[in-house]
Amino acid sequence: MNRLLPLAVTEAVSRKRGQTLVGPISLRLEGQGITVVIGPNGAGKTSLLSLLHGIARLSSGTVQWACPIEEARHAQAFVFQRPVMLRRSVLENAAYPLRIRGVAKAEARARAADWAEQVGLGALLERPATVLSGGEQQKLALIRALIIEPEVLFLDEPCASLDGRAMREIEEILLAARDRGTRLVMSTHDMGQARRLADEVLFLFRGRIHDSGPAGVFFDGPATPQARAFLRGDIVE
Amino acid sequence: MVDLWSGLSQAFWLMVTLDPELVEIALRSLRVTLSALVVASLIAFPLAAMLAVRRFRWRRTIIALLNALMGLPPVVVGLIVYVFLSRSGPLGVLGLLFTPTAMIIAQTIIIVPLIASIAHQSIRELWAEYHDLLISMNVTEWQKMHTLIWDSRRALLTAALAGFGRAIGEVGAIMIVGGNIDHATRVLTTAIALETGKGEFALALALGFVLIGLAVAVNLGIHWLGRTERGGRW
Repeated sequence: MNRLLPLAVTEAVSRKRGQTLVGPISLRLEGQGITVVIGPNGAGKTSLLSLLHGIARLSSGTVQWACPIEEARHAQAFVFQRPVMLRRSVLENAAYPLRIRGVAKAEARARAADWAEQVGLGALLERPATVLSGGEQQKLALIRALIIEPEVLFLDEPCASLDGRAMREIEEILLAARDRGTRLVMSTHDMGQARRLADEVLFLFRGRIHDSGPAGVFFDGPATPQARAFLRGDIVE
Repeated sequence: MVDLWSGLSQAFWLMVTLDPELVEIALRSLRVTLSALVVASLIAFPLAAMLAVRRFRWRRTIIALLNALMGLPPVVVGLIVYVFLSRSGPLGVLGLLFTPTAMIIAQTIIIVPLIASIAHQSIRELWAEYHDLLISMNVTEWQKMHTLIWDSRRALLTAALAGFGRAIGEVGAIMIVGGNIDHATRVLTTAIALETGKGEFALALALGFVLIGLAVAVNLGIHWLGRTERGGRW
C-alpha cells in the first residue's frame, strides 16, 4: 500500500522571475502503474515533475500528499535527464542514499553491490562513476534512486540520448520497479517508449495539462486536436 | 656568487651531519606551521562549505571580506595578536606571548582566509553540480557540507598546500609574537632574518635552502599521500 497516494494537486503554478514555467495544474495521482508525461519541448514536463517532487518553487496552489510532507519527501526519488554523478566510486554512489539515511556502511555497501549486480554494473563497482558511459551512468542514477525503495519515483526523460539496448535495460528496470509497487511518473519524448510503458498519459501543452487519460484510450483516440497532431508526429507549437 | 656556493655547501654539510641546532629549528618550523595548517583547515573547510550551501544575509560580504583578507599583511596580524596576548592585553593571563602557541595562532589567522577562499571556489563549483541531486535527496545541511567537503578533497588539498606555503615562509608575524628566542621560538625564517642581520650570509643561505627543501618535501609528501597525480581522475 502506498502511503503517499493519492497525491492531490490543485491549481499549482511554478513561476521563476515572473515567468510561468508550468501551471495552473490540477491533477490526482493514485493507484499503481506508470504515468507518462508527454508534450512538445518547453511545454513544462521537467517543471511539472520538479514541482510535484518539491524541488521547484510552488508559487501558488497546493501539492498535497496523503502523508506529512517530510515523510513524503523521504519516500520519493527523482532521476534527472542528465545524471548527476557524485565524484565517488560506482558502489559509493549507489550506497549514498542509504548512508544519508543512517544505514551502516557495510550494509549499505552490500545492498548497493546487490543492486549494481542486478543491472549489470557488478564489474564496475570500484570505478569512479564519472568515467562511466552515458547508459551506465543513467543505470547507476536509476539504482541510486531505487535503492531506498521509493514509493513514488519521478523520471525526467531517463532515456534521452541513449541507444536501443541501454533503453531496453532501463525500461526493464522500470517495469520491475512498477511490479514491486513503486508509482512511477516519467516524462519522455519517445512515443514508442510512451506506448510501451504508459498506464496513464498526461499530455502537456503550454504549461497546462491539455489532454490526459488511460494509455489505451489516449493512444487510440486523443480528445484534443493538439494531442492528435502531436501523436501523428506533427509539430505542435 | 661566492656566498651562494658557500651557502649551498654549508647547507649540504649541515644536513648531512644532521646539525642538532638546525634539526631543532627545522622541526619547530614544521611543528608550528603544520599545527597552524590543521587548525586553519578545520576552520576554513566547514566555513567554505557553509558559505556555498547556506543563503544568509551577510554571505556575500563575508566572501568578499575573505577574498580581501587573503592579502592580510602578516606584520599587522602579528601586531594585533601581540596586543591581545601581551600582559596587559585581554588574553594576557594565558601567558602565551613568546611561545610557539602564539606563533600558531598568528599563522592560523593569516592562512584561514586564504584556505577558505580557495576552498570556497571549488566547493561552490561542486555545489552547482550537485545542487539538484542533493536537494532531491532531501539531505540535511550537515550532510550537504560533509558530502561537498569529502568529494572536493583533492581541491581542498591544494588549498591547504597554498596555506602551508604561505605559513612556512612567513616571518613578520611570528617574529613579533614569537620573539625569535633561541631554543624556544626560533624557526627557520626568523633564524634567516637574524643571520642575515648579523652578516652571516652563508649560514642564512644554508638555512634558506633547508627551508625550500622542507617546503618542497612536505608538498611532495602530501601529494604522494593524496595520490593527486594518479590517473588524473576528478
